[in-house]
Amino acid sequence: MSNDMSDAPITDGKKRYASGVLKYKQMGYWQPDYVPKETDLIALFRITPQEGVPADECAAAVAGESSTATWTVVWTDRLTACELYRAKAYRVDPVPNTGHGTKTEQQYFAYIAYDLDLFEPGSIANMTASIIGNVFGFKAVKALRLEDMRIPVAYLKTFQGPATGVVVERERLDKFGRPLLGATTKPKLGLSGRNYGRVVYEGLKGGLDFMKDDENINSQPFMHWRDRFLYCMEAVNRASAATGEVKGHYLNVTAGTMEEMYARAEFAKSLGSVIIMIDLVIGYTAIQSMAIWARKNDMILHLHRAGNSTYSRQKNHGMNFRVICKWMRMAGVDHIHAGTVVGKLEGDPLMIRGFYDTLLDTHTPQQLEKGLFFEQNWASLNKVMPVASGGIHAGQMHQLLTYLGDDVVLQFGGGTIGHPQGIQAGATANRVALEAMVMARNEGRDIWNEGPQILRDAGKWCTPLKQALDIWGDVTFNYESTDTADYAPTPTASV
Amino acid sequence: MMTNSNQRLTQGQFSFLPDLTDTQITAQLEYALKKGWAIGVEYTDDPHPRNTYWEMFGNPMFDLKDAAGALMEINSCRKTFPSHYIRVTAFDATRGVESPTMSYLVNRPAKEPGFGLVRQEVDNRAIRYTIHSYATDKPEGERY
Repeated sequence: MSNDMSDAPITDGKKRYASGVLKYKQMGYWQPDYVPKETDLIALFRITPQEGVPADECAAAVAGESSTATWTVVWTDRLTACELYRAKAYRVDPVPNTGHGTKTEQQYFAYIAYDLDLFEPGSIANMTASIIGNVFGFKAVKALRLEDMRIPVAYLKTFQGPATGVVVERERLDKFGRPLLGATTKPKLGLSGRNYGRVVYEGLKGGLDFMKDDENINSQPFMHWRDRFLYCMEAVNRASAATGEVKGHYLNVTAGTMEEMYARAEFAKSLGSVIIMIDLVIGYTAIQSMAIWARKNDMILHLHRAGNSTYSRQKNHGMNFRVICKWMRMAGVDHIHAGTVVGKLEGDPLMIRGFYDTLLDTHTPQQLEKGLFFEQNWASLNKVMPVASGGIHAGQMHQLLTYLGDDVVLQFGGGTIGHPQGIQAGATANRVALEAMVMARNEGRDIWNEGPQILRDAGKWCTPLKQALDIWGDVTFNYESTDTADYAPTPTASV
Repeated sequence: MMTNSNQRLTQGQFSFLPDLTDTQITAQLEYALKKGWAIGVEYTDDPHPRNTYWEMFGNPMFDLKDAAGALMEINSCRKTFPSHYIRVTAFDATRGVESPTMSYLVNRPAKEPGFGLVRQEVDNRAIRYTIHSYATDKPEGERY
């Protein structure tokens, strides 16, 4: 990109701080020679510039508006170490397969570095108020999407991280070497507490590890929260006694105020629940508070990502879900819904693997094909258990295990409760399918190709599995994904 | 007798499948050894879901490379404790895990009495639950 002299940073103090309006590049927010420090936060934005705005000016504008700049020059900058506080856009790459000759207008990946001192320690709210605070409504960009972030170890160390983490969750539950199994109670609205607990009991006794409230089950006229908690815990304990296994039900404590959420969480604890649940819509600060409560009270904290698709699904604007994964690992949840690949909800296999890696790795290398733009050291923050939920069934077990691995909760709601022989049979079908597939994989069999046969063989001695395969075996959700990686195998030059 | 669909304790990775043959156990042992995990054999006569510490039939076999050796330990444990629950646990020492990565039963008593639920009714309809292992009604060593 031509760096014409009129746009170059103005270094003469008198000219730089004369009243009036300057381009963001002139103000110093575009620094192509800048080498990010190990302690910098780095954000990668996908920018669609307004007509006539050069990409680097656009990147500089985003850097400016997400850090120190306002629309006009202010002399009060000179009272501060403003060069440190200024975010620096240092690299702009055209996004492959956009622009002239494609269906999509030209987009750019802009790399912006932020000094650590711009952010309050241990506050997702503060970090996001800068990074996604004002800038998404900014007129210089037509659309803007936060694709990825590199969080420095120094900043990660100011966060508690997951209250329990995958390792301790497995130790508490005494469940190793296989994905966990769950199901969401259905219908999600309308059941009385007594009827609701029945579904929980049947699912758990049949072989699931967890049952779950749905995101919008809180305390409605048909079932108030105390009733739900009491009946669900009766179900959990009965199922535990019937099987000799630790069982759980995610009691959703989401409510209108923190005070109410704490009260519900305390009640769940007093009843002996191993796990509670919150929704993403309660907000970052509330999530962090509940994570601290959960750590203090030996509680696993499940997060439902309710609302995320309002800003994560469209490719040109909003933010990628992998960024939410990073923030939620920092905020301290133990479970997060992160996609199924094969189910009814959005998800490209490699993109989903990128989310899972973000939640589970101790150290994530840069992997552009998975949408992971940065190497990320997780600084010993606990791992978050990804949850795969939505339109999955026993007949896909080989695909689920191949795509998602062992550290995941597979949630078969309809695929458990909709079984013709009842909920226990549905749960048993899923558990048998899972155990048969894990065993076959460990034996070195090619489950990707032999999977359907492995399931049919298990169905010969497990009638509930046979029935599940007969009904759902052929159900697939093949839609083109909206969220795919845009990368070229070799890095493109800065323009 | 337990009333779940398997009519037995369902702890471990493979309790919903038919009992593992020695060949199947060997394949699982080989999987663990290939990953560099240490294999431990543990037994108990109290399978309460929160009874974490089953007795170790020797330390985990850190330096063992051969599945046949581990199977010998399993069989020796079965011979010594034919009516106990016996489980195989694999331990992964990798940073970020440092915890069991496999756990499956390889022996169980002929009769599994299961568990009762003791309810203590407290205030506001709440209940304190205790899961009680029927086997532990008898003294240690006389349970199965």
